[in-house]
Amino acid sequence: MNLFHIAWRNIQQRGLASVLTMLSMALGVALVVLVLSIGWVVSESFSRNSNVGYNLIVGAKGGALQLTLNTVFYLSKPIEVLPYEDYLEFLPGNGRAEEIQKIGGRIAEPERKGLYSLYMGDGFAIPVCLGDYFGRFRVVGTKPEFFELLRYGESGEFEYEFAQGRNFQEYSEENGYFEAVVGHQVARAMQVGVGDSFQTTHGDPEGDGHGQPFKIVGILAPTGTPNDRAAFINLEGFYLMEGHARAFEDLTNPDELKEDVDRVVKQQPSRLPLEKRDVTAVLVRPGSGLFAMQMQQAIKKRPNAQAASPIEEIGNLFSNFVDPVKYALLALTAVVCVVSAVSILVSIYNSMNERKRDIAVMRALGARRDVVLIVILLESVLIALGGGFLGWLVGHGVGTACSSLVEDRTGIQIGFFTMTLYEWYIIPGLMLLAVLAGIIPAIVAYQTNVSDGLSG
Amino acid sequence: MLKITDLKKSFALPDRSRLPILDVPELQVGNGEQVVLIGESGGGKTTLLNCISGIMVPDSGQIEIDGISIGKLSEAGRDRVRAAKIGFVFQTFNLLPGFTALENVRLGMTFANGKHDRDRAVDLLSRVGLQERMHHKPAALSVGQQQRVAVARALANRPTLLLADEPTANIDPSNQQKIIDLIRNCCAEENVAILMVTHSMHVAEQFDRVEKLEAINRVVASPSSTA
Ligand SMILES: Nc1ncnc2c1ncn2[C@@H]1O[C@H](COP(=O)(O)OP(=O)(O)OP(=O)(O)O)[C@@H](O)[C@H]1O
Ligand SMILES: [Mg+2]
Repeated sequence: MNLFHIAWRNIQQRGLASVLTMLSMALGVALVVLVLSIGWVVSESFSRNSNVGYNLIVGAKGGALQLTLNTVFYLSKPIEVLPYEDYLEFLPGNGRAEEIQKIGGRIAEPERKGLYSLYMGDGFAIPVCLGDYFGRFRVVGTKPEFFELLRYGESGEFEYEFAQGRNFQEYSEENGYFEAVVGHQVARAMQVGVGDSFQTTHGDPEGDGHGQPFKIVGILAPTGTPNDRAAFINLEGFYLMEGHARAFEDLTNPDELKEDVDRVVKQQPSRLPLEKRDVTAVLVRPGSGLFAMQMQQAIKKRPNAQAASPIEEIGNLFSNFVDPVKYALLALTAVVCVVSAVSILVSIYNSMNERKRDIAVMRALGARRDVVLIVILLESVLIALGGGFLGWLVGHGVGTACSSLVEDRTGIQIGFFTMTLYEWYIIPGLMLLAVLAGIIPAIVAYQTNVSDGLSG
Repeated sequence: MLKITDLKKSFALPDRSRLPILDVPELQVGNGEQVVLIGESGGGKTTLLNCISGIMVPDSGQIEIDGISIGKLSEAGRDRVRAAKIGFVFQTFNLLPGFTALENVRLGMTFANGKHDRDRAVDLLSRVGLQERMHHKPAALSVGQQQRVAVARALANRPTLLLADEPTANIDPSNQQKIIDLIRNCCAEENVAILMVTHSMHVAEQFDRVEKLEAINRVVASPSSTA
């Protein structure tokens, strides 16, 4: 018989109390494991999406975080818009003039290059219009470049692929300006496929329908990004929908400075003219990442615009919001563990009186003081580790049970043995708690007087 | 093998004066010798056994066990000597309730370094007639059976000295003799010396050597010391 055996027998001797304290420790550890797993899933999903394939989000002045949440995660409340003219300033090379001629309408200085065209090099700028819904999913009005130029994945290693169909086109003979692509979750939840049409609703999921239907030409392969949960429609079609033309006067671009520009392409149906167009955000990647900072400073000086760095905003979101919540939850669950450690203490301590004689007997049989101390500590450690292991199993069991749900939502796979790094700290943490809980009764055991114990 | 010289032991009283209990100029027990110790209640018999086993520290004097003077040892050292050399049988058996009979016997070996001899534990239990009861816990054993387990436990570690403090006081008369015989026979077989305290003249008569504490102790029991 070794000391573990003796400690284990003592645990059995206390029966129900041991089981209950073990269960409470299991509960605490299960909660810790769950919080760690949830924290891991959240940070994993954010970090996978923090490489969005562009450096800057340009939008109307306001909260940078809100702009990021809107454009990257399709979350948060709708935000103010920018005139289309501002988007044109980011087009590289002669892009601004070309785009103006393609669309037509009233604009100032139609021939000049975009203000930031020098920074842009072989980068890109993609306009995004938000505000509509398809069912409960956000609708994103954008250009086909969205799927051609953007990359995703932690180091931007993945291109967007279509599970079915193809990317939408800016104009097609068949569907005109009204093509759409939906994320894979949207396709599943709304039960739509290539060839189906849908109408967007304005403002909120229950809003009124906008008459004009869009034809789904492609379904994105799963990406694990928020794009799985969005429907993408051609920007040109977006503008042609009722209520999407600008309804107010654009104060930053006074009309008297503008001149009329005619469209070059005559055979396509007319587009919404330039002066009536707004964008929610422009996704910008300059020719070199080094320019991003300079551009951000320059854009800040504009009266109506701001440029947010998505990586920075997501980082801030983490350090200001997600991490504190995670740590607060962890602290709470750690308190549960501490409480169960206290219950271990109480249960062992309460048994000490009855065990005075047992301890004295062990001493009489030749057990040294430190041996009885260790036996009591072992009891506490075994209960804590036993409960901890049980809790670990429960925590991971629950995690695994939810894995399909989580994978569906985030694209992140949780296996039973998906361990977060922090979980390894649970073992020494539990040992420490157990030793702290066991030390008081262990000292009582250590100090037990043998002759008193034998005669008492 | 046991040699006591000039042993003195007193207890502190609440008024800070000291109550002398033992003053034993000399007591020796030879290898395998079986000695019974009788005396008045409160005379200090249990105290003497506790000093010999190292559970209590005498005020002065020498106690030598197998040539080891335990007075010079630290507490841990005395624990080690106790684990290796001394077996204990108590009046109240003192089996650990959470452990089976076999485990209680094996506990007797656990605390001495490295002797985990399960076969010996089984063998001892068979010798005391409990081969069928090895996996029972004490609560499932009769009083006599419990004391037999205690005897087996005391011998588990091949001690050289068995200390027994009124081992039959809590046992019905029909079983008392069996326990005494068991202790004496087992110790004789393994050449273990016995120092047994008893109040029973019937038990004492069977021993070749009977020591009366009052005869070897210079402290005269005061009227207050009744326990
Ligand atoms: N820890 C102690 N503190 C103070 N006095 C003690 C202590 N232990 C024993 N005594 C006293 O020492 C005396 C001897 O006690 P001891 O138990 O050795 O007697 P005994 O001979 O074994 O008696 P009995 O035959 O009744 O068991 C008693 O008067 C007792 O009250
Ligand atoms: Mg006594």
